[in-house]
Amino acid sequence: MSIKETKFNSETLALCHKLMKRYPEGKHKSALIPILHIAQAEFDGWLSSETMDYVASILKIQSIEVFEVASFYSMFNLKPIGKCMLEVCRTAPCWLNGADELVAYLEKKLGIKVGETTKDGMFTIKTVECLGSCGTSPMLQCGAKYYENLTNQKTDELLENLKRENKRQTYTAY
Amino acid sequence: MGRKLLIEHVHVPGIETLEVYRSKGGYTSVEKAIKTMSPEAVVEEVKKSGLRGRGGAGFPTGLKWSFLAKPPGVARYLVCNADESEPGTFKDRYLMEKIPHALIEGMITSSYALGAHTSYIYIRGEYFYVARILEQAIDEAYAAGWLGKNILGSGYDLDLYVHIGAGAYICGEETALLESLEGKRGNPRIKPPFPAIAGLYGCPTVVNNVETIAAVVPIVNEGGCEYAKIGIGKSTGTKLISAGGHLNKPGVYEIEMSISVEEFIYSDEYCGGISGGKKLKACVPGGSSVPILPADLLLTTANGEKRMMTYESLSDGGFATGSMMGSGGFIAYNETACIVRNTWNFSRFYHHESCGQCSPCREGTGWMEKILHRLENGHGKMEDIDLLWDIQRKIEGNTICPLGDAAAWPVAAAIRHFREEFEYHVKYPEKIKDPNHFHKQSFLSSKQSVTI
Ligand SMILES: Cc1cc2nc3c(=O)[nH]c(=O)nc-3n(C[C@H](O)[C@H](O)[C@H](O)COP(=O)(O)O)c2cc1C
Ligand code: SF4
Ligand code: FES
Repeated sequence: MSIKETKFNSETLALCHKLMKRYPEGKHKSALIPILHIAQAEFDGWLSSETMDYVASILKIQSIEVFEVASFYSMFNLKPIGKCMLEVCRTAPCWLNGADELVAYLEKKLGIKVGETTKDGMFTIKTVECLGSCGTSPMLQCGAKYYENLTNQKTDELLENLKRENKRQTYTAY
Repeated sequence: MGRKLLIEHVHVPGIETLEVYRSKGGYTSVEKAIKTMSPEAVVEEVKKSGLRGRGGAGFPTGLKWSFLAKPPGVARYLVCNADESEPGTFKDRYLMEKIPHALIEGMITSSYALGAHTSYIYIRGEYFYVARILEQAIDEAYAAGWLGKNILGSGYDLDLYVHIGAGAYICGEETALLESLEGKRGNPRIKPPFPAIAGLYGCPTVVNNVETIAAVVPIVNEGGCEYAKIGIGKSTGTKLISAGGHLNKPGVYEIEMSISVEEFIYSDEYCGGISGGKKLKACVPGGSSVPILPADLLLTTANGEKRMMTYESLSDGGFATGSMMGSGGFIAYNETACIVRNTWNFSRFYHHESCGQCSPCREGTGWMEKILHRLENGHGKMEDIDLLWDIQRKIEGNTICPLGDAAAWPVAAAIRHFREEFEYHVKYPEKIKDPNHFHKQSFLSSKQSVTI
């Protein structure tokens, strides 16, 4: 367990305040989702209740308002995940081109089922809905990157590369 | 070769930068509009163009703009819908990723027309890397004076921001999108009031799709009447189609709305035919929400006319024998695709994405998923098929937002056109245990009849 304090550094905090200014006076709650993304990337890829409380304090809103939102959107993880979450699209256009086979391949290769995390905390497999990449299926997303037109061989290479990099893959736009 | 108004320069190296974009005539619509036209004149050109919303509903854009309330002293907003989550649809991503300035230019010209001084691009969270591309392009546009205070010395000010979502198909519905943009759960609002009267922060708001806004650029540059010369009837201009499924050349194509479906699927200029040397079995021409059509009804209408890639032709015959243009997410199925499995897959999607506010949608989508799962896995009964039909009818039209209809239509259409295949699943449970059942023995039913 990390004992990192749930607090942004001054640079990240300044970024949050900059994002809040994108919305009119008094409407800064609009920045909630963008700030939750930053918090998730910063604090181990998921939103603990401490993290949500902290985000509430930045926006000066109630913690429940943060939880309400965090629990609605599929990109927010309310439980810890592996360093690399492999989000495989399972929707029909991808299914037609081998999404089920890709999931089965990953499950076999990593020795885990969808929704589980490998013992070393490296990989989590998740199935997700259409990622807007149907023409290049089967595909998966890991962090902010799309990996498309996957074959067994390309999947092997991807897993190797991620293992070698050995770092948390996150989304951050800023 | 058809004319391309949106993605003509997509392969020009560096087109994502302002400099190269500008060298290809970029930002002339902003200059023309701000320097030589009144906002009303811009709206007038959009009306003349006949442009229809590219997000799915096909509502005339100029008309929508003219509904925008303009109470004095109240801010107005333009919000671009870049949520693009309709299964089968990936055209907006392509446009934003490859030519981000096309959207930004469209946003500036459109914001000017609507009198908005702050505008947002709401982009789905999974497109994080695209958001980064847009942010960079916006920074460039600010630096060059296309955004910010006193644009081109005209006294017109505009701020443009990217706002990132977090994974929820329902946030593509415009009022859910506005809720989400306000930092809340994406629960659709009850209408009226419509966003044109009370939208973002309770202020008059226009929500438009990415492609709709990008199309304003050529409309202003060339004039609405010129734009309207392309296409057939009320389907004017060009349309981006994202083609996927069993096709030789899946991808994003800009078509003039005057080509036939057959040409789109089989010609080398577009999809290049069905992959693996197989036969076309069915097609969902406009994203997962629109009715699926068997091959014969896709290529020719019930009256025996060639089906065209236009709003009118795709919907010819209504839901009995037609479908819809929708968002342009074109999904082709070859003879090995199982329609029951496909329908189950879509039902699971809608169940997963229902926001849960209305019981017919929340419960009905779950029931449909369950029944379809049972049919697909060889545990279904004949009565299940009629039960499915009943459930979808009870959802349609009884919900706050159109997601309910979107969940009902694919089920209805699958039963309408492929009932025989559902029955086959009940009759031969042992044959369909393998999820790839029709790979080994394709199922092409006898001449399709419209059963209900
Ligand atoms: C469940 C649902 C999802 C939708 N998703 C999108 C979407 O991802 N992108 C989009 O532009 N419109 C989407 N729409 C349509 C929007 O509500 C709205 O009609 C559209 O953004 C208006 O823009 P347009 O007139 O330019 O098409 C969706 C509608 C529903 C009911
Ligand atoms: S129809 Fe479904 S998604 Fe739309 S508001 Fe009702 S429950 Fe939510
Ligand atoms: S169905 Fe997988 S990306 Fe669209």
